[in-house]
Amino acid sequence: MLMYVVRRFAYMLLLLWLVSVGSFVLIQLPPGDYVTVLVADMEMFQNIVLKPEDVEQLRRAYGLDRPLYVQYFAWMGRLVRGDLGNSIAYQRPVLELLKERVPMTVVISVAAMAFVWAMAIPIGIYSATHQYSLGDYVVTVIGFVGMAVPPFLLALVVMYFGFRWFGFAPAGLLSAEYIAEPWSVGKLVDLLKHLPLPVIVTGIAGTAGLIRVLRACLLDELEQQYVVTARAKGLSEGRLLMKYPVRVAVNPLVSTIGWSLAGIVSGSTIISIVLNLPTTGPLLLDAVLKQDMELAGSIIMVLSGLTVLGTYLSDILLVLVDPRIRYESQT
Amino acid sequence: MSLRRSIWRRRRSVASCDEDRLAIATHWQLMGRKLRKHRLAMAGGYTLLAFYAIALAADFLAPYDPHDTHRDFPYAPPQAVRFVADDGFHLRPFVYGLTAYRHPETLRRIYTPDTRVRRPVRFFVRGHEYRVLGLAPCNVHLFGVDDGAPIFLLGTDKLGRDLFSRNLYAARVSLTIGLVGVAISFVLGCVLGGVSGYFGGVADTLIQRLIEFLMCIPTLPLWMGLSAALPKKWSPLGVYFGLTVILSVVGWCSLARVVRGKLLSLREEDFVIAARISGASSARIIGRHLIPSFLSYLIVSVTLAIPGMILGETALSFLGLGIRPPAISWGVLLNDSQSLRAIAQCPWLLLPGAFVVIVVLAFSFLGDGLRDAADSQSVV
Repeated sequence: MLMYVVRRFAYMLLLLWLVSVGSFVLIQLPPGDYVTVLVADMEMFQNIVLKPEDVEQLRRAYGLDRPLYVQYFAWMGRLVRGDLGNSIAYQRPVLELLKERVPMTVVISVAAMAFVWAMAIPIGIYSATHQYSLGDYVVTVIGFVGMAVPPFLLALVVMYFGFRWFGFAPAGLLSAEYIAEPWSVGKLVDLLKHLPLPVIVTGIAGTAGLIRVLRACLLDELEQQYVVTARAKGLSEGRLLMKYPVRVAVNPLVSTIGWSLAGIVSGSTIISIVLNLPTTGPLLLDAVLKQDMELAGSIIMVLSGLTVLGTYLSDILLVLVDPRIRYESQT
Repeated sequence: MSLRRSIWRRRRSVASCDEDRLAIATHWQLMGRKLRKHRLAMAGGYTLLAFYAIALAADFLAPYDPHDTHRDFPYAPPQAVRFVADDGFHLRPFVYGLTAYRHPETLRRIYTPDTRVRRPVRFFVRGHEYRVLGLAPCNVHLFGVDDGAPIFLLGTDKLGRDLFSRNLYAARVSLTIGLVGVAISFVLGCVLGGVSGYFGGVADTLIQRLIEFLMCIPTLPLWMGLSAALPKKWSPLGVYFGLTVILSVVGWCSLARVVRGKLLSLREEDFVIAARISGASSARIIGRHLIPSFLSYLIVSVTLAIPGMILGETALSFLGLGIRPPAISWGVLLNDSQSLRAIAQCPWLLLPGAFVVIVVLAFSFLGDGLRDAADSQSVV
């Protein structure tokens, strides 16, 4: 078991490294580099026109004249020490900006994940045990629509009806009076009041997908002989369901946690933009629109890194849930 | 007696003929047969056909040029086409005139239908020039009203551009971007999945790790980052293809998985060994023998991959990172509805979203039906 955890951990480190390479490539991708942007910025806002020699000087100072792989290792070295570079758009260290935003992203993603599971499992079980009933059809239709509606459209529609019926827009995560306040019980309560809506909107698509997977798996399991045997020996229907088929059918779900987590992070990004939540979403959009690649690349790296971490945890969870997985033999 | 027997005989012969046809039917015929029985899938298919036909005929169906601004009518609400007036029923539909005035306090423009002015809808009217299929110039449009009076079936946007026309033209970009993107993904998926499944070994491990890596990365932030790399100077067409490439970066993974899985199960089959012994090259075996044998599964995956691409383009354009104006897609149109003020006062700006949902649902239903139909082992 320990070996498996260690091996998965090594694999996760490899993925994290790949994420860093990917982010570095992303930062380098747009035409021009940090100095080009800086020079354009100075010309535009401070009316300073630099001579070509000075520009070269700047390039050398930032180490941008060296080959890419050297730059990558330099960047990597700073990364390990917690220096993510400076945001041009905000004129502040990237790390500081991230510290403000990332915790909220994690809160929303984890809450959405919890919502998805809390909704999908009971509904999926109901849908499979009542196959072709009215409830099953309703769930199926809602599931299809839930997967087809882009999350941002859902957020827009929710905003529209919120405005129509209650006269206010359900945007933001905190009431105005709490935004600048330090953390207190009142602020926490306020946050909890604002949280459900973005969480539900973020979770809908994932829930719809998960219900369909669970329903299909459970339907397969319900036909198995062991269910008949259990029923024949007089087990009550509820216990039978929870003890055998559901346990088996939940496994594929656990193994898809990685993808659904990626989906939720993806969805929460755009929903945060629409509902104007203080997460990394609006920051990323701003960074991308302003071609502030240091910031954009860092955000993407952090989001991907967190997702990889979440996937790792879920893999270990899977081993705990499913004793059939023989982790020793996978050498 | 004899009559009854002959009827019975004929019935049996029809039945056996049917059975014979079934026995010798190819995989594709069986698939088509099952698909036709899948009502939801057929409904999805017909919906898609209708949408693509509308996109193709957008020039003819749209009453206005999508870039024409009607300065007197910004944010005009959708106008109802009417048949019944005070004096009874009219066969020729008409719209009421539109009068605008400013609210004295909020300074908002408020539109009211002017029931005194009745403008009949004319058919096959002459309007802005376009080219039929990009060739012959033409200026006939399906409908319009006399002397340039407004007919805004779906309202207008902030510049007073007719949203009905814009939605029609937007369908062209939104509907084709999924197809082009899937075509790129298809090639990538077949090549990489083929290499992975057929050769195995190191190549397989590498490609599988790459797929796992791409699948556990949140797609939208990745797309957003990549779209920042599209140069601002590019033409709309360049951006369009750039976007399809960006969308395919992730899109090929699921296809490659299908290809690999099928190849792994098929490569030890007798017909492959026979081909190999006859001296066929690997490329020939994959392309000529293996891929055709699971093409139906590929088509299923392709159909199910298109909605993701359409949703991706819509999301990116909505954020202002995808298709750039003056080019139009449904996502670009939705971009106008970002502010709460706009959607609270002009909910018709959200309508392109409904089209996206319908198209995505149609693709999902069709794909589901195709998947059931491709499973030719089960009884028809």
